[in-house]
Amino acid sequence: MPAFDEMTGGEGGLRSAYVELDRWLKEAPPEMLALRRSQAELFFRRIGITFAVYGDEESTERLIPFDIIPRVLTKPEWTKLEKGLRQRVTALNMFLADVYGKKECLKAGIIPADLVYRNACYQLQMVDFQVPHGIYCHIAGIDIVRVDADTFYVLEDNARTPSGVSYMMENREVMLRLFPELFATHRVAPVDNYPDQLLATLRSVAPRSASSDPTICLLTPGQYNSAFYEHSFLADKLGVELVEGSDLLVKDDIVYMRTTQGPKRVDVIYRRIDDDFIDPLVFRGDSVLGVPGIIGAYKAGNVTLANAVGTGVADDKAVYSYMPEIVKFFTGEEPILKNVPTHRCREPEANAYVLDNLEKLVVKEVNGSGGYGMLVGPHASKAQIETFRQKLKLQPEGFIAQPTLALSTCPTFVASGVAPRHVDLRPYVLSGANGISCVPGGLTRVALQEGSLVVNSSQGGGTKDTWVLDA
Amino acid sequence: MRIRISHSIAYAYAEPVRQLRQVLRLTPRDHDGQHVMSWRITPNIDGRLRSSQDPFGNLVHDFSADGPIENYAIEVNGMVETVNLAGVIRGVVEKVPPAVFMRDTRLTEPSAALRDLATEAAARGGSELSRLHALMETLHERIACVPTGERLGIGAGACLEAGEGIPQDVAHVFMTCARSLGAPARYVSGYVAESQTLPHAGGAHAWAEAYLPDYGWIGFDCANGLCPIDTHIRVATGLDYADAAPVRGARTGGNGESLLVEVRAQAARPRQQGQ
Repeated sequence: MPAFDEMTGGEGGLRSAYVELDRWLKEAPPEMLALRRSQAELFFRRIGITFAVYGDEESTERLIPFDIIPRVLTKPEWTKLEKGLRQRVTALNMFLADVYGKKECLKAGIIPADLVYRNACYQLQMVDFQVPHGIYCHIAGIDIVRVDADTFYVLEDNARTPSGVSYMMENREVMLRLFPELFATHRVAPVDNYPDQLLATLRSVAPRSASSDPTICLLTPGQYNSAFYEHSFLADKLGVELVEGSDLLVKDDIVYMRTTQGPKRVDVIYRRIDDDFIDPLVFRGDSVLGVPGIIGAYKAGNVTLANAVGTGVADDKAVYSYMPEIVKFFTGEEPILKNVPTHRCREPEANAYVLDNLEKLVVKEVNGSGGYGMLVGPHASKAQIETFRQKLKLQPEGFIAQPTLALSTCPTFVASGVAPRHVDLRPYVLSGANGISCVPGGLTRVALQEGSLVVNSSQGGGTKDTWVLDA
Repeated sequence: MRIRISHSIAYAYAEPVRQLRQVLRLTPRDHDGQHVMSWRITPNIDGRLRSSQDPFGNLVHDFSADGPIENYAIEVNGMVETVNLAGVIRGVVEKVPPAVFMRDTRLTEPSAALRDLATEAAARGGSELSRLHALMETLHERIACVPTGERLGIGAGACLEAGEGIPQDVAHVFMTCARSLGAPARYVSGYVAESQTLPHAGGAHAWAEAYLPDYGWIGFDCANGLCPIDTHIRVATGLDYADAAPVRGARTGGNGESLLVEVRAQAARPRQQGQ
C-alpha cells in the first residue's frame, strides 16, 4: 500500500509546503545534518528531557529520538484541521456532560447504554455532579493521522491526562537554535504561547468562590512517572507549584498546599494523576500518590480538577467508534474530521470478520494505551496473531479492530540519509470558560524504523517539530 | 425479627496520628425487608462527623479529626426490625442501573477457572434463577468459608484457587461467576444475627446480590448457603468490597496501628408469630 508522502505527494512531485525545505535539504551537506543532529541530542540531554519506558529493565529513562527535519502543514490544511478539532472537543465535552447528566444520547440510542455503564472509566461519583463551568476535558490531545492530501482521520481522542506537549515546545526551541536560517525563510506559527493559553484556561475554570487571582498547582504522581519531566517543565512554564499528593491536604472540604508560609488554599489543580489514584478514600485505597478527601472538596465545589474526573469514558476505544454519531448528535453538524472505520468486536458479525482478517487489521485493546496490547496484523508473527485470536474469542468486548492505514510519510533523517517515515500528529486542544484554543501544530510522532506504523515513544518512535506556515 | 447490633472498632497507634480521616459505611437503610428503629455512631474522640450518600445510595459518614491521637474507637449501636422476604430485595433506593454491576473489578476479575465453574454450576439449573441457586450451592460446597478475623481479602480468582476464603471473597467468587453468566451482581456488607442453623452468624458478614429482570435484586449468601432471610441486615452495597467496606481511612502519622473489632448481632426478643 503506497503511503501519501507529505513532501512529494507520493508521486515524486513537490508539495508547496515543502518547496523551501526541499531546496535546503538538497543544498545541505550530509555532514552538516549529522552534526546538527548530534547537537540536537546534546541539547536534549542537557535539558534532561527523558522518558521512562515501562517494562524495559535495561534503561528506565531514555531520550526520545528527535528528527531534525520538520513536518510542515500549510495554513489552509491547519485551518481545516483546527475547525475539526474544535468541533470534536466541543462534542466530547457535551457528551461527558450528558452521560453524567441527562443521558439524552443514551435515551436516543446514539450509543448503547451498556457501553457507558459497564465502562470502568464511567465514574459513578460524577453522576449528577455539576463540574465547574460545565467543562470536563480541559486539555485534550487528539491523535490525527493523514492518508492523503485531503483526508485526516482521528485515531484516538485522549481526554484523560494527555502528555507530550513539552516535546512540542522543546522541539521548537531546539529547532530555533539549530536552524535559524530555516526560520528566516519560513513564516512558522509560534507555539511558545501554549503555557499562556493553558494558564488562561486553568484560571478561567476556577470555582466561582475563588478570588480573581486563583491559586493553581500541578499535581504529579512523582518522579517515577514516565511523564515527570513534562510535569516539572509545565509547572515551571506556567509559574505554578509542582506538587505531589503529600504536599496537599484537605480540611473541611478545602484543599490546601503546604508551603513554608503555612497552608495555602488551592483553587485549580492541573492533575496528571489518573482517576484511580487521586483519592484513596474514594478510588483505589492502596494509592499513596493521591490526596485523601480531594474528591469531597471537588464535589463540594471548592476546587476544580483539570481534567475532570471520569473523562476516560469519552476516549475509550469502543466509545470512539460512535464518535461520528456523537459529534452529529451534539453539534448538529457533519463531523469535519473522520473516524477510522472501526470494527467493534463486541458485535458477533464484526468479530467474525476480524477473526478472518487478522493479518490485515490493527487490533487494539479497548482500554489499552501507548501502543501496548496492540496487534498490527501485517507486521505480526503467526504466533502473535494466534495469541490475539484466542483473546478475541475469549473476550471479544475487550477489543476493536481497524484497517491498517497507510499513515502519511515525511522526510526523516535516518542512518542511510533522508528517507520517508510514517508520522502522526497530536494537537493539544484547550477548553476553558472562555472558549477553545489550540496552538498551531502539535506533536508529530514518527516511526523511525522503515515501514513501521507504530509511532509511540514507548515502542521506539521519535518526534519532529511541527510547522504550520502562516503564509 | 428484631436484631440488636453492637459493633465496636478500636484502633491503637504506637506513634500518634496527626490527621485522621475515615469514610464509614456502617449505617443500614430501610427497605421492605428491614426497618431501622434506632442507629447511632459514636466516635470516642472529638472530630467532625458528616453524613452523606455515595453513588450507590449507601449512607456514608465522613469522620475527620486532628491529632495527636493515640487511641480511637467508634461505637455503633442499633436496632433493626427485619422480615423474611426469602432473599428478594425490594424498596431499596436504587441509584445505579443494573448494567453497572456487570463491570469487572480488581477483586472480581474473571478467569478461565471462574468461568468454567460458573458454566458447570449453571448446567445444574434450568431457569436463570435456578442457575444462580445452583451456583450458590456449588460455592457453598466447594469453598470452605473461614471467619474473617485478621485476614484480608484476596479477590475471587485467588479465593477459588485456594478453595477457601473469608465471606467477602466467597461473595466475590459468586459475583464474578454470576456476571460471567450474564447476571449483574453486587457486593453486600451487613450483619447476620446469631442463629442455631447458620455457620456464619452473630456478627458482621458479607454476601452478594444478583439482578434478574423478572425478580429484581436477589440476595445469595454462599457462606451460609441460603438466600438472606430475616437474620440478615443489609448495610452497604457496591461493585466489590472496596465500594462497600465498613471503614476506609487515611491518616498521617500513626505508625504501628493495631485494631480490635467486636461485633454482636443478636435477636432482641423471641420472634413473634405472624410477622
